[in-house]
Amino acid sequence: MSLRPLTRALPLTPALVLLLLFLAGPIAYCAWIAFTDLQLTGQAESSFVGFENFRTAFRDEEFLNAVWLTLVFTVLSSLIGQNTLGLALASLMRRASKPVRTLTGGIVITAWVLPEVVAGFLLYAFFRREGTLNAILDLLRLPSQNWLFTLPILAVSFANVWRGTAFSMLVYSAALNEIPKEITEAAEVDGAGGLRRLWHITLPMIRRSIGTNLMLNTLQTLSVFGLIWVMTRGGPGDRSQTLPLFMYEQAFQNSMIGYGTAVALLLLLVGSLFSVVYMRLLRTEV
Amino acid sequence: MPVRPTAATTALLTTALAAAATLTACGGGSGSDPDTVRVSFKQSTDNSIHVMDDYLADIKKQFEKANPGKKVELVPIKAPDSEYYTKLQQMLRSAKTAPDLVYEDTFLINSDITSGYLKPLDAYLAKWPDWNQFIDTAKAAAKAEDGKTYGVPDGTDTRGLWFDKGIFAKAGLPTDWQPKTWDEILDAARTIKRRVPDVTPLNVYTGKPAGEAATMQGFEMLLYGTSDGTGDGTTDPLYDSTSKKWIAGGQGFKDALAFVETVYREKLGPDVSTALDPNIQTIVRGDLLPKGKLGINLDGSWLPQDWLEGSGHEWPEWSSRLGLAYMPTQHGQAPGKVSMSGGWTWSVPAKAANPDLAFEFVKTMQTKANAQKWYVANSGIAVRKDVAEDPAYAKAQPSIRFFTDLVASTHYRPAYPAYPKVSTAIQEAMEGVTTGDRSVADAASGYDDTLKEVTDGQVTTR
Repeated sequence: MSLRPLTRALPLTPALVLLLLFLAGPIAYCAWIAFTDLQLTGQAESSFVGFENFRTAFRDEEFLNAVWLTLVFTVLSSLIGQNTLGLALASLMRRASKPVRTLTGGIVITAWVLPEVVAGFLLYAFFRREGTLNAILDLLRLPSQNWLFTLPILAVSFANVWRGTAFSMLVYSAALNEIPKEITEAAEVDGAGGLRRLWHITLPMIRRSIGTNLMLNTLQTLSVFGLIWVMTRGGPGDRSQTLPLFMYEQAFQNSMIGYGTAVALLLLLVGSLFSVVYMRLLRTEV
Repeated sequence: MPVRPTAATTALLTTALAAAATLTACGGGSGSDPDTVRVSFKQSTDNSIHVMDDYLADIKKQFEKANPGKKVELVPIKAPDSEYYTKLQQMLRSAKTAPDLVYEDTFLINSDITSGYLKPLDAYLAKWPDWNQFIDTAKAAAKAEDGKTYGVPDGTDTRGLWFDKGIFAKAGLPTDWQPKTWDEILDAARTIKRRVPDVTPLNVYTGKPAGEAATMQGFEMLLYGTSDGTGDGTTDPLYDSTSKKWIAGGQGFKDALAFVETVYREKLGPDVSTALDPNIQTIVRGDLLPKGKLGINLDGSWLPQDWLEGSGHEWPEWSSRLGLAYMPTQHGQAPGKVSMSGGWTWSVPAKAANPDLAFEFVKTMQTKANAQKWYVANSGIAVRKDVAEDPAYAKAQPSIRFFTDLVASTHYRPAYPAYPKVSTAIQEAMEGVTTGDRSVADAASGYDDTLKEVTDGQVTTR
């Protein structure tokens, strides 16, 4: 047995140690907490309770409601909203003149680089009863809305689309530029219309980018907290309380750290389910 | 390339881990300096309000002058209530981060006592003559179930009805209004709605966004005035101290919910979306009341602190524009008045580095003169007998006399460890009837279910 592999691994040890200490350690600790009844306050000592927190979660109507809202939020704002809007913007901008491209790109990216809290306040001001949207609707003699109260999950989904579309747009712009011109031209010569070209050429060719984009988008959207917190605090009632907000409420407002952490693990599970589906999408030709 | 785990690898890893652990171990906390007392307090999230900062800076000066060589380090925590508690509890968990003195809300103090975060102060209090000046109810505010005392209260608060005399005059209602029953409150609100159409007739805090304000200023002010809550303070409508069990919602509970439902169903309250806005308290205190857009407000004694000089929202006319009425019991049954009281205490963390010095600082804060200064600055209610009897204190602010007199008929929350969760359950029930999503019966039975869950089945009926 030689020492070579060992000496070769030597330079890696500091990085490995730091990762273990600051990443794997806390994650393992979190996983452990999820199986205890640890509280922030109100109890002298915590104890191991096995799967009790998970059992509680699946009996808890509020949790199930949060799962449902998380799915709605993710599908609406990430899968449908950001993704298709990003692709549409990217395709349209390829044909636009340079100033139009710069301007549109600038606006869309500005929304993306704004801090989450600022974006949240902007959209709160937009949707409020006395907000910008109602002022515009009034001008147009249209009935006013009160979405933050009546359809809060829709309002926050819209906000997330507004904020996050830039990312998809950038990914798809890059992907569309990769498509060789000859192929598109050949299809045009063969008389394929716009939709057919999209379906038979563009989409298959940027399939990998779609997968990557969906995965990144979904994982980001699943963990959106600040935007919703600023706009609605998960309310009214719990009509916009997605899983991250539910976790926060349980862990820090009701002091149930153990339960909150268990829910966090379940959120991780939801994320990985999505990931598995996209991974299958990502697979290249069989 | 794969590395087979050999003894050498293991040894190497262990060494590296140990080295990293040593490198990353933090130094001792700043609490280790025996001559510095670290005091943490809740800083207002409103930048223009620095009542507490100014007061503590003054006490710091006095303390450092009286104790040469000793230093005070103020550790402000700037957060809304619920997040302040969280942050504080996390600080209290470790000796490295625990301050020497903390500002604790009586709402959570029992929880923190149960967690072992705080130190009993009985030994200090026994040697502190001023403690006898504190009224009994205030002494009990930070007394745990083990009979020990864990905090020194810096005042208390009471609650009642604020009303806008201008709106009352327009509505043809008496400007020395004093309702004797709940119905009289609702009737006044209906009259305002009819005759002064562009104002909100009555505000009762409700729902989860308002948090404890909904439970205490709203629901409990009603519940403790029903047949479930007798006025003598021996029986509590929420908690049965003999069996140590929480009480499922009875008739009084439903009546209180029905009152909230009536307010929002008849549109006597703020618009439901405003009522459920997380910033409702700021809206009421900073906007609706000063602008004369709110007829009646069921709220706390501390309101004027927002309108005093230096608060950033000065409103010197408040005392002539607003009238005060006590909250009546449901049908005017004895004792006739209801008020709830909470308040904050100064406590010493169990992991504090300098507990003795911390208590010295408390003594400096709670001399008669300093306590009086604080009650007035903070619109608080005196808990020291000598201050309460001082004419200068009663005259310092127009509302002080009214709210101090309510201490005689006030109730304290059963602030046991489960209380915060019980409070959330109450807020959910309130919210259900406010939005109209649930009937009173539904909301009450929903409360009963949640109550069983959050108290591990420690529930009884009355």
